[in-house]
Amino acid sequence: MPPADEGALWTRLSAAGRLPDRALWGAGASVTLGDLVHGSSLAGRLDELRGRSVLVATTDQLTAALALIELDGVARRLVLCPPDLPPHDVPFVIATAEIDALVSDRATPAALPGVPLTVPCHASLAPATCERTGRHPTEWILLTSGTSGRPKMVVHQLASLAGAIRSAGPLSRAGVWSTFYDIRRYGGLQIFLRALLGGGSMVLSSARESTSDFLTRAGAHGVTHVSGTPSHWRRALMSPAAHRIAPQYVRLSGEIADQAILDHLRACYPAAGIAHAFASTEAGVAFDVGDGLAGFPASLIDRRGGDVEMKIEDGSLRIRSTRTAAGYLGDHAPALVDGDGFVDTGDVVERRGDRYHFVGRRGGIINVGGLKVHPEEVEAVINAHPHVRMSRVRTRKNPITGALVVADVVLNGGGEPADGRVAEIQREILRRCREALPRHKVPTVLNVVSVLPLADSGKLVRRDA
Amino acid sequence: MSVKVEIVTQFEEVAKQQEKTLAPLSEELVLLDSGLDSLCLAIVVARLEDKLGIDPFTADDAEFPVTLGDFIRVYEDATR
Repeated sequence: MPPADEGALWTRLSAAGRLPDRALWGAGASVTLGDLVHGSSLAGRLDELRGRSVLVATTDQLTAALALIELDGVARRLVLCPPDLPPHDVPFVIATAEIDALVSDRATPAALPGVPLTVPCHASLAPATCERTGRHPTEWILLTSGTSGRPKMVVHQLASLAGAIRSAGPLSRAGVWSTFYDIRRYGGLQIFLRALLGGGSMVLSSARESTSDFLTRAGAHGVTHVSGTPSHWRRALMSPAAHRIAPQYVRLSGEIADQAILDHLRACYPAAGIAHAFASTEAGVAFDVGDGLAGFPASLIDRRGGDVEMKIEDGSLRIRSTRTAAGYLGDHAPALVDGDGFVDTGDVVERRGDRYHFVGRRGGIINVGGLKVHPEEVEAVINAHPHVRMSRVRTRKNPITGALVVADVVLNGGGEPADGRVAEIQREILRRCREALPRHKVPTVLNVVSVLPLADSGKLVRRDA
Repeated sequence: MSVKVEIVTQFEEVAKQQEKTLAPLSEELVLLDSGLDSLCLAIVVARLEDKLGIDPFTADDAEFPVTLGDFIRVYEDATR
C-alpha cells in the first residue's frame, strides 16, 4: 500500500479507515464510504471513462462528490463544473479542456455537441467492483472568473489540492465536516478533501436549501468543523438556527475576515477554535490564522523554505508554494506564476504594527460574498448599449456581502439627454446586464455621470483597494 | 417618512427589482425567510444608507438582526 499522502483519492481516503462509519450527507440522499467498496455511482461504467477528459456537470453536490472519488486516478482530466457556469460558456470549456466525456446526474442528460460519451451519475449506487487505483495523475480543473468574461481554467492535481492537509496536524483528526461553499469551488473542495483524507464525514450544502434548514441538518449530523466565507457566516448569524450547530472549529476564507465577524463568531460559538485562512484557486492554501485577530502576523512574510513562501511586492501578497496550481488551461492562457515561481494574488496588504491587513484587491476586482467580479466584464456589457459612451464599474463596501457592484455611466452627448429618457436607458442597461451576467455581477446602482476621470495614461482611474 | 416605512419600502422595491417573492412583512418575520437572499439584503442596506445616511451594521459592536423587528430596531436606535 502506498503511503497515505500518495495515490489516488480512493486509495488515500481508504487508508484513513473506518469506511462504513463515514458518510457523505446530501440534502436529499446520503452514501457511506463503505457503500462505495462494492458500489458505483457511475452505473458501473468507470472503465469507459478511463483516460478521458471528463466534464463533471451535476445538479447536486453529492453526485459530484461521488464522481470525483471514483474518477481521480482513472480519468485523465476532471473539470469541476460550478453550479452557476453560464450555458454559453460550456462550448468554450469543452473545447479548451478537450472534453470527451460528460458525467451528469440529470434523469435524461442532454448530449453535448462534440462530446462522444455521456455517463450517468446517481447517489443510488449500482453494484460494481471497480479498480480505482491511480494509473493517471489526474488533472483537476477548477473554474474561476476571468477578466474577459470567459472562465479561467486552473489546473491542479490531488497533490497540490491536498498539500495543506497533510500538514494540518491536529485538525486532520476524524470529524464531521461541512461548508457553506459548493465543493466545486476551491474553498469547498478543500473541506471535502479534509473530510475524506482526514478520516471524517461530511455534510454537503445545497443551493435548494435555506440557511436555517442547512444549519439544522448539519447540527443533526453532529457537525464538528464548519467553513464558509465571512458573508456565509454573517448570513448564518442572522439565522434563528445559528445555535443548531455547536462546532469545535469554525473556518473563514475567500474574503477579508474583519474583526467584527471574528468577534461575533467567538460570541456565538465560544467553544470553537476560530481560524481564518488565506487561499486562492491559483495560489492554493497559504496560511491559517488562529489567534482571533484580523490580519496576519508579519513574521509569516519573507520566511525561507517550507511548503509556502510569501513576500509583498508592489503592495500585494505573492505566494510560492507546493500547493500552487500548475497553470491555466488553454493555448493563449496567461502565465500563472512569475519568473521566480510566485503567484501574484492581487490582494493588497498594509502593515499595521506587527501585522499585515488585507485592504482590497488590485485591478479593482470586486469580491461579492466570496465571488469575484472583474469590472471589465461588466463594463463590456454596459458599453455595448448604443447610448453609452463609457462606464466605470467599482466596488461599494457592504456589511452583508463585503462589497457590492456599482456602475458610473457616461451617456452619448455628455450630460443628461434633454428628452428625459435617462431613467429608461438606465433600466435598459440593467436589463441587458441581468440577461448577460450572473446576479452578483449586475450593478446594484447605476449612476449616470457627465464625466469619468482619466489618468495621464488615458486609462480610467480605478480607485485601487 | 419614518425609518420603519422607509425600510418596508426598500424591502418591497428590492424584492420587485430582484424578482423575489416577498413574504408578508411583520416584526416577527425571520429575515432569511423573507424571500430576500444575502445579495438582496445587502442592496437594501446600501439603499437605506443612501436614503437615511447611516449604515448601522458597520459598527464593530453591531448585532446581527434575525427578525425584521430586530432590523428595524437597529436603524431606529442608530437614528435616535
